[in-house]
Amino acid sequence: MQFPHRHVLGLADFSRDDILTVLDVADSFKEVSKRDIKKVPTLRGRTVINLFYEPSTRTRLSFEVAAKRMSADTFNISVATSSAKKGETLVDTARNLAAMNPDVLIVRHSASGTPHLLARHVAASVINAGDGTHEHPSQALLDLLTVREHKGRIEGLKVAIVGDIAHSRVAHSNIIGFTRMGAEVALFAPRTLLPMGVEQLGARVCSSLADAVRDADVVMTLRIQRERLKDPLLPSWREYAEFFGINHKVMALAKPDAILMHPGPVNRGVELDPLVADSGQSVILDQVTNGVAVRMALLYLIMAREDEA
Amino acid sequence: MSGEAPAILLRNGRIIDPVAGRDQRGDLLVVGSTIAAVGAVDNTPATARVLDVDGCWVVPGLVDMHVHLREPGEEYKEDIESGCRAAAAGGFTAVACMPNTKPVNDCKAVTTYILERARAVGCVRVYPVAAISKGAKGQELAEYGELRHAGAVAVSDDGLPVMNSQLMRRALEYAATFDLLVISHAEDAALAAAGVMNEGVTSTRLGLHGIPSAAETVMVYRDLALAELTGGRLHIAHVSTAEAVACIRRAKERGAPVTAETAPHYFTLTEEAVGAYDTNAKMNPPLRTPADVAAIRQGLADGTLDAIATDHAPHSVLEKEVEFDRAANGIVGLETALPLSLELVRQGVLDPSGLVRLLSCNPARILGVAGGSLAAGAPADITVIDPEASYTLGPADLFSKGKNSPFLNRPLQGRAVLTVVNGAIRHDLLC
Repeated sequence: MQFPHRHVLGLADFSRDDILTVLDVADSFKEVSKRDIKKVPTLRGRTVINLFYEPSTRTRLSFEVAAKRMSADTFNISVATSSAKKGETLVDTARNLAAMNPDVLIVRHSASGTPHLLARHVAASVINAGDGTHEHPSQALLDLLTVREHKGRIEGLKVAIVGDIAHSRVAHSNIIGFTRMGAEVALFAPRTLLPMGVEQLGARVCSSLADAVRDADVVMTLRIQRERLKDPLLPSWREYAEFFGINHKVMALAKPDAILMHPGPVNRGVELDPLVADSGQSVILDQVTNGVAVRMALLYLIMAREDEA
Repeated sequence: MSGEAPAILLRNGRIIDPVAGRDQRGDLLVVGSTIAAVGAVDNTPATARVLDVDGCWVVPGLVDMHVHLREPGEEYKEDIESGCRAAAAGGFTAVACMPNTKPVNDCKAVTTYILERARAVGCVRVYPVAAISKGAKGQELAEYGELRHAGAVAVSDDGLPVMNSQLMRRALEYAATFDLLVISHAEDAALAAAGVMNEGVTSTRLGLHGIPSAAETVMVYRDLALAELTGGRLHIAHVSTAEAVACIRRAKERGAPVTAETAPHYFTLTEEAVGAYDTNAKMNPPLRTPADVAAIRQGLADGTLDAIATDHAPHSVLEKEVEFDRAANGIVGLETALPLSLELVRQGVLDPSGLVRLLSCNPARILGVAGGSLAAGAPADITVIDPEASYTLGPADLFSKGKNSPFLNRPLQGRAVLTVVNGAIRHDLLC
């Protein structure tokens, strides 16, 4: 098994084979979470630090659960309790943490490129748990795993991504991941929420919601944040729900067996009609389950690589 | 001039004086603080220091019309002494320093302080640029009359665009009363918003907020319209976009009272230099696209752009070794501008005279200051350039306190080997 990455900074660095390796290893780890005793000794004695500069429930917990099920020691540092409030720079904080010899730093930060900055200054492996509007690689990998599970393949599928593409690191990583695996990615969003040149990443920008969703195998919608109303990027949530929200009428345009995905947390009634969110087409909770398996795989692959070296 | 005045004879150089239409091999004699003779020199004083500059260019001292010296207020980044030494090492005999110091240079006291410090340092000539508005807040005019008399050569709120069009109009009018140049940082602040690099597929790929080139274009349009309305002398700082070059070209064809500069990084690097979030590629305006770089080179070649200025912006690691979003804008430029500009000659974009116009004659003329000439009787501000010297610069080689440059530890070609200011040698690699 070849895995050439010491850090996980973004899916842009991952080849198709790298992605397949992660998905296959994640598949094999899923079984651990179904046991009564949900623990394997693989990473015993390893130290994993969660360094979160942005609030997160799901991702942080998912990494922590993943590390603990592999028997690694995990520590959580969130901004509220950290030295950032005392004026310490990010690089200094990281160097201090690195002096305690962790094996992996898992970082979330509101500024794009922060994991790259840390990777330049610390000896530990760095996993990007979401940086600004750049990437969220583990989320895209769990989305890829979820799609492969439900559809048996990724290549040749039509994946519609609808919503705030411009501010979504999840969308960015998914565009890279799904196109690299041979899926067609169709985007739809108000023009104010489409980043410049996104079609050059390999996605197709659609002129209507129907165009994006028609015959899709996967419909993914994204969280829309309240501050987008102020920018000004949108006039109102009411209008957003009417023209860009996903409901049964929209889902009817997709393939009958299409699945619905959302990276969470969901604004019910805005980007997603509650009736669809709770329907049989929704795989939102499978995404969460697969998140643990994918993060176990990433931790394993990074540290197995270190063992070989 | 007494017979005992120190003299310097530069022998066998390639003397390039665009104003006089001269580009020929010859000698140049400096006696005291003035150029005594050019070409064939026959009455060299016996005490003259004779320097053989065979293979080198002898040009009017380079003038950088856009630097940040950081003093007063941010001396940990740069001070007038270190900035002047960096200028001399880079071949500059004069610099115009921007007013965004702490406090802002918006009054006679700060202008006078800068000039007194520069005089005490005694290295290169320093010309203060004062603020357009009090505190550079974009609300009220600064006191241009008093600033002019104290020694300011221009006004600018550099770094902070003047968003209020009425204030910009009045600044152009009021500055004209005192024959002051108005230097515009042409950028629509609302369009630039939280942007940290050029907007396009690269900013999308990196997840960084983009600054559209339109942020520069709309402001250049506005300021050109206001200059034509008022007749005030307008100078557009650090042009970075193809559209701005085109606007300025058309305005000049109409006879608008406008001049413009660009910086070496805008004709050398593209937005790709941001790479993996390299904060030494973060500047304002941002690095743009290959098409913009090509248009800027064309603008330098055809005279649309009048000057190459460095926008020398020293910062410490405190401002640069941080998250890209939080990093300060700008790079140091005084000690790399000449080799980067010489690249334009090597690539056939400019001839040597054209380059000297952009780095010396034009900025001196635009600012209305001494320099830009090698005529007998002119002040002895002279730069001797070895166009072939190959070398690299590391952080420790820079005289500037700022080490923030993407051009360190990479091959450079061409450098100043002698800088003479008012007859005194301020930088010397010849001995």
